[in-house]
Amino acid sequence: MAYTVQRPKLTFAEKIYLPSIIAGLAITWKHIRRMLKGETKVVMQYPEEKWDAHMPEHYRGAPTLVKDDHDRERCVACQLCEFICPPRAIRITPGELPTESKFSKVEKFPQAFEIDMIRCIYCGMCEEVCPEQAIFLRKDYAITGTSRAEMVHDKAKLYEMGGVFDGLVHKWNPEK
Amino acid sequence: MSTAPAAPVPMVNVQIDGVWLQFPKGTRLIDACGQAQKFIPRYCYHPKLSTPGNCRMCLVEMGMPKMGPDRQPVLGADGRPEIAWIPRAQISCAQDVSEGMAVRTDSPMVQECRKGVMEFLLINHPLDCPICDQAGECRLQEFSVEYGNSSSRFLERKVKKPKSVELGPRVTLDAERCVLCSRCIRFMKEVAKDDVLGFVDRGSFSTIACHPERTLDSNYSLNTVDICPVGALTSTDFRFKMRVWFLKETKTIDINDGLGSNITVGTRENKIYRITPRENNDVNGCWLPDSHRLNFKFIADPARLTTPQVKGQPVDWRSALSITAELLKAYPSQAIAMIASARMTNEELFLCSQIAKTLQLGDRVDILPRTGEPDGILIPADRNPNTTGARLFQVAAPQPGARLPSIADRVRSGSIKVLICLEDATKCGLTPEELAASKCTVIAIDILPNATTRLATVLLPGSGWVEKRGSMLNLNDRLQRLNRALTAPGEARDDWEILRDLLLALGGTQNPATIESLFQWMASIHPEFSGMSLSKIGDLGSPISSMAALPANAAQS
Repeated sequence: MAYTVQRPKLTFAEKIYLPSIIAGLAITWKHIRRMLKGETKVVMQYPEEKWDAHMPEHYRGAPTLVKDDHDRERCVACQLCEFICPPRAIRITPGELPTESKFSKVEKFPQAFEIDMIRCIYCGMCEEVCPEQAIFLRKDYAITGTSRAEMVHDKAKLYEMGGVFDGLVHKWNPEK
Repeated sequence: MSTAPAAPVPMVNVQIDGVWLQFPKGTRLIDACGQAQKFIPRYCYHPKLSTPGNCRMCLVEMGMPKMGPDRQPVLGADGRPEIAWIPRAQISCAQDVSEGMAVRTDSPMVQECRKGVMEFLLINHPLDCPICDQAGECRLQEFSVEYGNSSSRFLERKVKKPKSVELGPRVTLDAERCVLCSRCIRFMKEVAKDDVLGFVDRGSFSTIACHPERTLDSNYSLNTVDICPVGALTSTDFRFKMRVWFLKETKTIDINDGLGSNITVGTRENKIYRITPRENNDVNGCWLPDSHRLNFKFIADPARLTTPQVKGQPVDWRSALSITAELLKAYPSQAIAMIASARMTNEELFLCSQIAKTLQLGDRVDILPRTGEPDGILIPADRNPNTTGARLFQVAAPQPGARLPSIADRVRSGSIKVLICLEDATKCGLTPEELAASKCTVIAIDILPNATTRLATVLLPGSGWVEKRGSMLNLNDRLQRLNRALTAPGEARDDWEILRDLLLALGGTQNPATIESLFQWMASIHPEFSGMSLSKIGDLGSPISSMAALPANAAQS
């Protein structure tokens, strides 16, 4: 069924456009005046100036691995993060801890742990799913590299970025 | 006196959650509830093993007909017996159904019982699910979610038990995770007939242990890992290799013997991680020998043949096949012989038989028989998976292997000049030196390098058994299907495609484009397969009833 669109009836002032143009210019002039008086600042000189100080507590930057206060890698290679990761950025090769290791009761550790930062979407699911509190999203956001291989963070890089997390989980302490 | 026909099994009326149903007498109550779609959780009960009733997870509320003073059931308004409910919960695994029995599988009492049992089972459980290999297929995890509590009230120290104990060469025990269901003990005693496992110590300290002078080294030891409902028994080979939820599971069959045990192949990204048995009560039950399930490493061998070669030089498939056909056409049929393989599928053997017919090979074709001692449980004497198929398609002598000595003699004497090898010819009565000295032209189709492929003029890389689809006939004339779990490496092709193209190059007229159409062609010539198709075989296989009687084979008995 045909439907006729009613054209709006324009007043004379609307037809000549001038009032709207003047109103727009007024806004522009207002902003120029405030900028000249130093009331607004719209440009940040990156990378000399950075957001880092203003970042909120919940900011989700690059995922990293952490060690506990006994210098034990918290990750036990359960591969839940690999499973949950929406863009499949995580790759884990599980391994068995040797019996002579100080933490041999934990039995399992990641032989290799790789996060492809080209794929990573910083969603934080890996941190949320981790049952061992081993993976955390830190505030690093400027992840750059000159090759694809460089953008894959290996285990050493991930621990270097993550550092130590003195946390809640003590389940591997034999006294507990 | 003639034997009377077996009396029909009488049916009994059982009330399950208020609904009256009929079951054959002798049905386990736990199975009857399962058939009524009321799943009862269980740890120790396994339909193939005896019933100790020690896990207490299958508790249900049970009642029997109320008896009047005349010892007749008191009937209710609906004409059904009135139920006198037993005030305590009963285990449903050690109870057969009986007339007028009633159960409640989900009443408040049953729910409370299950919560209690779960709480007891988890008292000393380490809860190391992120590490445990069973996570994802663990009954303790599943039932804990379904029937257990969300938090533990246990504040005391947990009992520490040995972890990572090598019970045998292939099985590792984590005693802390064990729920003492005794399935492994019963399996070793009743099925593997090697009673090496048992409980030691008392109370909370009870643990599974091996006889002090023995190890769990039975060829069936890994089945204890399969039936372990928790992560206590783990396969040393699969331990910490891959989480089970990543594995793509392909239903196929085992090729290490003539039984063709049904298996599930677990793969991820074109790599096999484990092989587990698949229940088929007409073939292998629930079991699989260790030697068979661990025999998959060769598939990922870096030495796998990946490119067709002529005189050691890589060539493309088209020229490899045309060179092969020219070689075969250049000689009279008396100078050609074929060693087929009973490890090939029916479709491939059928194509071999067609090639043999085209080349008029007559009696110059046979297979390499493989035999060993039967173990009295699953493994038969014939270690070839498809001897029946090879005999049906007449690419084997009536007595498989009987023609090999004469073929070998004629190769040595130089009267056979071209040898088509689908097996390692140097295992068929010829030494590598003899084969090299005979100047015989060898056309080899194989997956791994061996003495024959090294001498081959034409080398055509084929596919392993987990890389192809097809059918096989086991020793009991059961038609079973192989499914593809992996893709073959490099340029290696399906064996049936190689044989089909070879047959075409030799002047064949049929050109089946798919394995299904090849099966149809095969069925049109061999009436045993008429009415069948690869899809119709099904995951559990189907017996071939119209199998023509084949001459007796001494190797099978």
